[in-house]
Amino acid sequence: MSGAPARRSASGGPTTPMPDALLARGPSPRRLWTDRAASAAMLATVALALLPVVLIFYYIIREGFSAMNWEFLTQSMPYSFRKEGGGFLNGLIGTLIMVGVATAVAVPFGVLAAVYLVEYGKNGLLAQLIRFFSDVMTGVPSVFVGLFVYTAFVVPFGFGALMGAAALAIIMLPIIVRSTEEMLKLVPLEIKNASYALGAAKWQTVTRVVLPSALPGITTGVLLAVARAAGETAPLILTALGSLTITTKLLGEPISALPLAIFDGARTPFAAGQARAWAGALELLLIVLVFTLLARVASSRSSISR
Amino acid sequence: MSEGAVTLAASTRRRGVGRRVDRAFGILTAASGSLVLLVLAYMVLTTTNTALPVFRAEGISFVTGSEWLPSRGVFGILPFIYGTLVTSAIALVIAVPISVGLSLYLTEVAPAWLRGPVGYAVDLLAAVPSVVYGLWGVFVLLPLFLQPIAEALGSAFGFLPIFAPPASGISYFGAGVVLGIMIIPIISALAREVFRAVPADDRYAAYALGATRWEMIWGAVIPRSRAGLVGAVMLGLGRALGETIAVALLVGSRPSISASVLQPGYSMAAVIANQFQEADAPQIRALVGVGVVLFAITILINMAARLLVWRMVAER
Amino acid sequence: MNDAVFAIQDLSVSYNGNVALKDVSLDIHPREITAVIGPSGCGKSTFIRCLNRMNDLVPGAAVSGEVLYHGEDIYSPEVDPVTVRRRIGMVFQRPNPFPKSIYDNVAFGPRINGYKGDMDELVERSLRRAALWDEVKNKLRKSALALSGGQQQRLCIARAIAVEPDVILMDEPASALDPIATVRIEDLMQELKKEYSIVIVTHNMQQAARVSDKTAFLYTEVDEETSARWGILVEYGETGGIFTTPKDKRTEDYVSGRFG
Repeated sequence: MSGAPARRSASGGPTTPMPDALLARGPSPRRLWTDRAASAAMLATVALALLPVVLIFYYIIREGFSAMNWEFLTQSMPYSFRKEGGGFLNGLIGTLIMVGVATAVAVPFGVLAAVYLVEYGKNGLLAQLIRFFSDVMTGVPSVFVGLFVYTAFVVPFGFGALMGAAALAIIMLPIIVRSTEEMLKLVPLEIKNASYALGAAKWQTVTRVVLPSALPGITTGVLLAVARAAGETAPLILTALGSLTITTKLLGEPISALPLAIFDGARTPFAAGQARAWAGALELLLIVLVFTLLARVASSRSSISR
Repeated sequence: MSEGAVTLAASTRRRGVGRRVDRAFGILTAASGSLVLLVLAYMVLTTTNTALPVFRAEGISFVTGSEWLPSRGVFGILPFIYGTLVTSAIALVIAVPISVGLSLYLTEVAPAWLRGPVGYAVDLLAAVPSVVYGLWGVFVLLPLFLQPIAEALGSAFGFLPIFAPPASGISYFGAGVVLGIMIIPIISALAREVFRAVPADDRYAAYALGATRWEMIWGAVIPRSRAGLVGAVMLGLGRALGETIAVALLVGSRPSISASVLQPGYSMAAVIANQFQEADAPQIRALVGVGVVLFAITILINMAARLLVWRMVAER
Repeated sequence: MNDAVFAIQDLSVSYNGNVALKDVSLDIHPREITAVIGPSGCGKSTFIRCLNRMNDLVPGAAVSGEVLYHGEDIYSPEVDPVTVRRRIGMVFQRPNPFPKSIYDNVAFGPRINGYKGDMDELVERSLRRAALWDEVKNKLRKSALALSGGQQQRLCIARAIAVEPDVILMDEPASALDPIATVRIEDLMQELKKEYSIVIVTHNMQQAARVSDKTAFLYTEVDEETSARWGILVEYGETGGIFTTPKDKRTEDYVSGRFG
């Protein structure tokens, strides 16, 4: 309290001397300039991020539309890439079969695994391992999954739809496990208690209360996994191999898929083949977007909000 | 169900089947969960086993050798490792500044009504399948952007080894640019979460001290987000390392090492996709070996990223 | 003369080694409303959840002592909790209807018990007994979540009585409801006690005094050295007596509002 003489403020209390510069209005011009430059830079990044979105959708719609016609959707490939006409029906059917089978396998196992994590294992060692390695598995390159299915199953049994479906199911499984787990965790403890208090066994509570309550959210996760599987190419190169004709056999015969047909079309020098590739890209993009949109619709119908 | 008429013990006995169902259900769920672990383990085992002959034949020169000559049975995959790393590095150089800037804009600057639509538009990039990226990259981006820019870089900065001519859009550069676009939504989505997790009080404190918005971001938001951002970037990197089709179409398919990014090259995932259909048994084994090395690198990066992100979430 | 529905002897509960409830002994008599009152955290909910073995679901919970239901020990190794819970119903503090239709909520219990009779009739009967039928009879297929809080709680009561228990446990059933809904629940309880034995936990003394026939007062005991706390039964008797002429000083202090 002793030492430097203190000035008195208007109200009578003591105050310390203030440099005039700080009493000036606002930050210095240099700081303002930095702030504006930073804002401009951020806006530039937004533009740079949105530019590809616009370019991709514009060109796919433009090129795809001009090459798309009823024949494309309902016809299979001509015997040569050079030939005009025809379509990717072989690819569409192959994709529907393989994605369908993969979903039918991955969903039950994935949902049950998530039920284990939330209702049974909780924080035990097995549950922690499953959680960690599920996360790890979502980062495995899909081409590696294809290599695995090739060495383990294609070598003994040949290329085919089931092999492709197996690769897709392995890719979908960890995605479904983790997203289903998140949805199951949101089911409130109170309604589980209500079920137990009524004398329900654990499996009855899970199947009659927990799963139905979480169903919209689970559906969202499944639809997103389906959208992802529909767009996969690399694992199918190694397991389904691709084909110019329509196949419905599950085993022993190579089968086409929409992404495979697009990939082949992208590599041909022939204009007709490239045109079909564009139409196929539009078709595939629409399928993926429809599933992504359905996923959002499903999540908005959930009665359990985050 | 009437009172007292039947004892609890008797009812329990009558429930015998029900209790067995309960136990069976529990075992079923545990088995399904274990399936994930079993599949992963089986994947690692079979692929490594298949590639073992090649590993033994080549030894360490499998990963250090730069000669890939299947017709002569020489399998050195260094060019592919090199190409994977270079294309991924280019992808990060492009994607990280854009993603971070974009996410900062969306969380700190953008008016509320703009956040949804812009975020949604960027997330649309994640929905586009990689083969469509490849097709678009080859027929649209290449003539429009990649080739001109590559040539411009080559002529303006050609004296630098990294931009030495002859310049081509079909190169590490071309693949890297498209790869970068593909990982923007991944990094951005996680970065947005990271920035949102910074407590509002930190921001208010900075403003209360008279900071401009950029100073607030630099002083309050970014320091708190470092671990999470690194995790987000590593996850994007993991995705870039494993991306196959877009790279296969744009990297040039040349199994060589070149210092200039404007030259064609190759990547681990791309060589598997491109050469598989024509390969004979020994070459296929070598390609499986490439896959195993790719898997190992990707898994390490992913595990490190997960641990970082988990730690950041736990500290919240 | 022991027609007691519950005969509880030296009931103690601990969670992960920490004692929460110690040596509670009392009898619950049929067709009566027994209130359990006491300050917050004294173990009232823990106590009532022992009566239908809901504490089994809490990891780390250990229960000792004897709980005889019509003379049978519900914690005997020959008895499994599911069977116990099918005879003893419970209504929770916050209404917790399933995100299903009103009809499916009431029908849930009978369905899992394999009820083969006329479900429509059972649902109507349960909703009438819960004084909810008139308000919902035209919207049985609508979601239960669209009902008001008070209606949802009555639905939970209907759901509990649909399995025809003989005891209904209520854990602060009206504490999340507005006063008008609370009165309706209390009136309902008076009707229900003609057929069911009711045990109600409440932190609202006036409610206990209004509604119950017998009252049990639980209180927290503290160990001076370790500052561990647990609940004990201080006094149990006719409600009138507990509130007007309590025998224990702690009871008298609590009911006269000297601490809450």
